[in-house]
Amino acid sequence: MKGRIATTIVVGALIFFAGYAALFLAPDEKTMHVIQRIFYFHVPSWIAMFVAFSVVFVANIAYLATRKATWDCLGVSAAEVGVVCCTIGLATGPLWARPVWGIWWTWDARLTTTFILWLLYISYLLLRGLLDDPEKKATLSAVFGIFAFLDVPLVYVSNRLWRTQHPQPVILGGNGSGLDPTMGKVLLLCVIAVMGVMIIVLFDRYRLERLRHEFEELRLEVETRDLTPASILGKEST
Amino acid sequence: MTTTRAAAILLAKELRLEFRTRELLSATIVFALVIVVLFSFAFDPTAAESRRYGPGLLWIAFLFAGSLMLNPSFAREQSNDTLDALRMAPISPFAILSAKMLANFIFMSLVELVLVPVFSVLYNVSLAGVAGRLALVLVLGTIGLTVTGTVFSAIASHARMRELLLPLLLLPILTPLLIAAVEATASLLVDQPELDRTWVASLAGFDIVFLTASWLLCDYLIEE
Repeated sequence: MKGRIATTIVVGALIFFAGYAALFLAPDEKTMHVIQRIFYFHVPSWIAMFVAFSVVFVANIAYLATRKATWDCLGVSAAEVGVVCCTIGLATGPLWARPVWGIWWTWDARLTTTFILWLLYISYLLLRGLLDDPEKKATLSAVFGIFAFLDVPLVYVSNRLWRTQHPQPVILGGNGSGLDPTMGKVLLLCVIAVMGVMIIVLFDRYRLERLRHEFEELRLEVETRDLTPASILGKEST
Repeated sequence: MTTTRAAAILLAKELRLEFRTRELLSATIVFALVIVVLFSFAFDPTAAESRRYGPGLLWIAFLFAGSLMLNPSFAREQSNDTLDALRMAPISPFAILSAKMLANFIFMSLVELVLVPVFSVLYNVSLAGVAGRLALVLVLGTIGLTVTGTVFSAIASHARMRELLLPLLLLPILTPLLIAAVEATASLLVDQPELDRTWVASLAGFDIVFLTASWLLCDYLIEE
């Protein structure tokens, strides 16, 4: 518990400092000025989302291979965290695009892919909600999760061939790309901070899911026993 | 019994079941026709616009009709627990799944066989010169639709509100298929039709990826 509080404090301080650095320490961008600073949270939330959805994929495969409920708990927790990160990314994107591109939204490859990704993982969570039997829920949602993850590169490639408008990646984006060194450091800090928050939330959500799973198992066990007052009293009298 | 032989027997059973009543087929065809007709009220396209929007309309109609038609594929095994009987048979689960995929592919192709000529007449789009190439696009698109659709039909059949759930699961996954199929069809409806190989390759890629995935994962879909 102490470690848990300590990590929260550290990550809290990190995210606070990351916000400060993004707003005041990072240099002003030449053409976009202050609007560009949303980039320091937009990009980390995408990275966190990508990590979360990869965790879902790994957890889905691991569940089908091992049939351990822990993997299923991890899968659903990571999917929820990923959807939250995805929502943050989808919300901060248009805020930036409106003044810079002049439009809120465009059907560009990256935007469309993440929007479809968001829909797919929401369907994943909806599907889980509509399956009652716990084992069926885990197995079938794992199959769906694998299909959804396989679809992501296909959506990306087809949209890429179709049309694209999003700025090319500035990091590792080939010739002519690159960040100012200070911007790079601030971005790295923001990525670490956002990942820290994501991992803490994921960890908590996972623990909650485990407890829920345990509770569900206990409830099933109780239901199968005869616990009417008569049967209990009957046992005592004998 | 080999998987192929088992699948052939099960396919015959699926077809016999459907052609006794033809209720699924007729309902799907009428539904697809309704979409095509409603579209002309919503957009009132001229002949030139039909050529531009036609491919999109056609594939949206197929996708929506497919997402409804695929629902009973597994759901109708449930009323008499017949899937349990199939599971007990000494055949591979992929035989069960692939028989259903093939049956759905045949049903969907029949729907398209009716809908495409009707579309061509209603929207004044001439398809005579491109029939062969259009058939290739339709076949590749329909394979992708029925492969993923049959798998998701198996998933949704265990859920509550499955009629609503299946389109919800299926339609977002089909986005790459929709883009590729519409673009490939559009390349055939212009003045100098030439089949766009990139999109045909994308369609084939989609089919291969999901056919392989369903082959690998079918044990988990069919198991009790």
